[in-house]
Amino acid sequence: MSRKKILSRAVQIVVVLFGISFITFLLTYLAPGDPAQIMLTSSGVMPTESLVADLRERMGFNEPFLTQYFNWLKNALHGDLGTSFSLNKPVAQLLSQRLWPTLKLTLLSMVLMLLVSVPLGMLSAVKKDSWIDNIVRFITFLGVSLPNFWVGLLLMLCLCVRVKIFPVVSSGGDFKSLVLPAVTLAIAMSAKYTRQVRTAILEELGQDYVVGARARGVKEWRILWCHVFPNSLLPLITMLGLSVGSLLGGTSVVEVIFSYPGLGSLAVSAITSNDYNLIQGYVLWIALIYMVINLIVDISYNYIDPRLRLAN
Amino acid sequence: MKKPSFFLRYKVFCIFLVLALLIVLMAVFAPQVTMGVDPAKGSLAEAIKPPGAGHIFGTDKMGRDIFTRVVYGARVSLAASFSVVFLSFFIGTVLGILAGYFRGALDAVIMRIADMMVSFPGLVLAMAVAGILGTSIKNAVIAIAVVTWPKYARLARSLVLKIRDRDYVSAAIVTGSKTPYILLRYMLPNALPTLIITAATDIGSLMLELAGLSFLGFGAVSPTPEWGLMLSEGRPYMQNAPWLMVFPGLAIFITVVIFNMLGDGIRDILDPRTED
Repeated sequence: MSRKKILSRAVQIVVVLFGISFITFLLTYLAPGDPAQIMLTSSGVMPTESLVADLRERMGFNEPFLTQYFNWLKNALHGDLGTSFSLNKPVAQLLSQRLWPTLKLTLLSMVLMLLVSVPLGMLSAVKKDSWIDNIVRFITFLGVSLPNFWVGLLLMLCLCVRVKIFPVVSSGGDFKSLVLPAVTLAIAMSAKYTRQVRTAILEELGQDYVVGARARGVKEWRILWCHVFPNSLLPLITMLGLSVGSLLGGTSVVEVIFSYPGLGSLAVSAITSNDYNLIQGYVLWIALIYMVINLIVDISYNYIDPRLRLAN
Repeated sequence: MKKPSFFLRYKVFCIFLVLALLIVLMAVFAPQVTMGVDPAKGSLAEAIKPPGAGHIFGTDKMGRDIFTRVVYGARVSLAASFSVVFLSFFIGTVLGILAGYFRGALDAVIMRIADMMVSFPGLVLAMAVAGILGTSIKNAVIAIAVVTWPKYARLARSLVLKIRDRDYVSAAIVTGSKTPYILLRYMLPNALPTLIITAATDIGSLMLELAGLSFLGFGAVSPTPEWGLMLSEGRPYMQNAPWLMVFPGLAIFITVVIFNMLGDGIRDILDPRTED
């Protein structure tokens, strides 16, 4: 990817962020329920008419929609995403506090997923239509149909409640409390990814250079690891970047099940308590993370594939 | 040589079609299947009974029969997933075909919106939309449709672009075919098979997403018998009443497996090129 392309992608990210902030702002504006009333009730104050009117005036809820949006935008650009009224803390601070636990969880589950699905996918591609391939395909098929929240609950039932190996509440922050949530996420992801690895490897195995290498008597494992695998890295990494998206969304379910203090559980509580500032901050934050990761993925192509480097 | 019959050629598809029809029938005839037991009514005297005679799947904290609720849950789950598929299929196809055929400003606007939706984790946005609109299964359907339609729009657009400049399309234009006629008779039939395959293989994962939203509390509202909601209601009783979690989860799992297999079967029939 050339420098110019990277720049245009970065610009695109900014544009999308603006669009998303506008849409979420519009949605919260159109949402049923008076935010001032919700704010008062959630802080335990009886929302009398004068109090609500006073708060509306103070928070600028009486301004026209666009003025409200631009005020919010101005503050957001200065790093101030407003205050979460359900938790009574600045949104930016809450989000950055919860970011690391969720990233830790995502990274660990991705490592687990890769450890399982790359060898399995390659094995089942190499031994296509053998009994190994059939078993792998059958298991991955069941895997993609499993609801991840059910897997989480069953794991919890077996390993936390029946056999007390892991803590029921994973808020400790130690490694042990990270394992089950990560495994839950990894199970759902690896089924899907194994299939994608299998398809990608199969595609490369059908190429002419493989036939050529075989004809020259190159050893089979060498063809696989030194020729086929590097060539199929590109689609695999693209899919990895895309699966970060479903991981970031999926964490909220898993975090709620295991009471894990990450971004996802924060978002769920924000949505249930109608904490609009926090919801907005969360959506923007996730969008930013996701798009930056995918930009990094695209830039990484240059380093992985020399052909692309030469093309620039 | 005698051609093998449809059933023999597409054995897997036929088996899963029958199974899927069974689930649909179970949902439609839920009152008959459960022999008139009310899914929303229970007696507290019978609360949290393990599976056994009388209640083959046990009862929940309100004394409601789990079997009945699982059967009625099929209604909610199927209706909601089919609506999501239909909504996103319809909106996506219409907008995608229009964007691909007319190009220009319309294309730019539709596709920029679609790009924006795609460059974003779906469930996150669906959660926000469902939460902001308010909790109900209808809003969950809208929320998921909002994040799913761009997939169909992009697909339809790319399929239309492929044939947009073919000679036979130009010939149709030159010979005076009306635009709506070209859209319906040339563009739509060309895009439809691929779109149907996508929709068929999508139903399973959309079902999972809907159940996930309900599980988080952004979908069905109690006392609706919905599988995801039942799981989240059964969660606090995990230690003493694991059957509250086993059966609804199993129901989701089996249904999704069947519809995924059916989707794969439809793909094999409509698109013989792909294997896997």
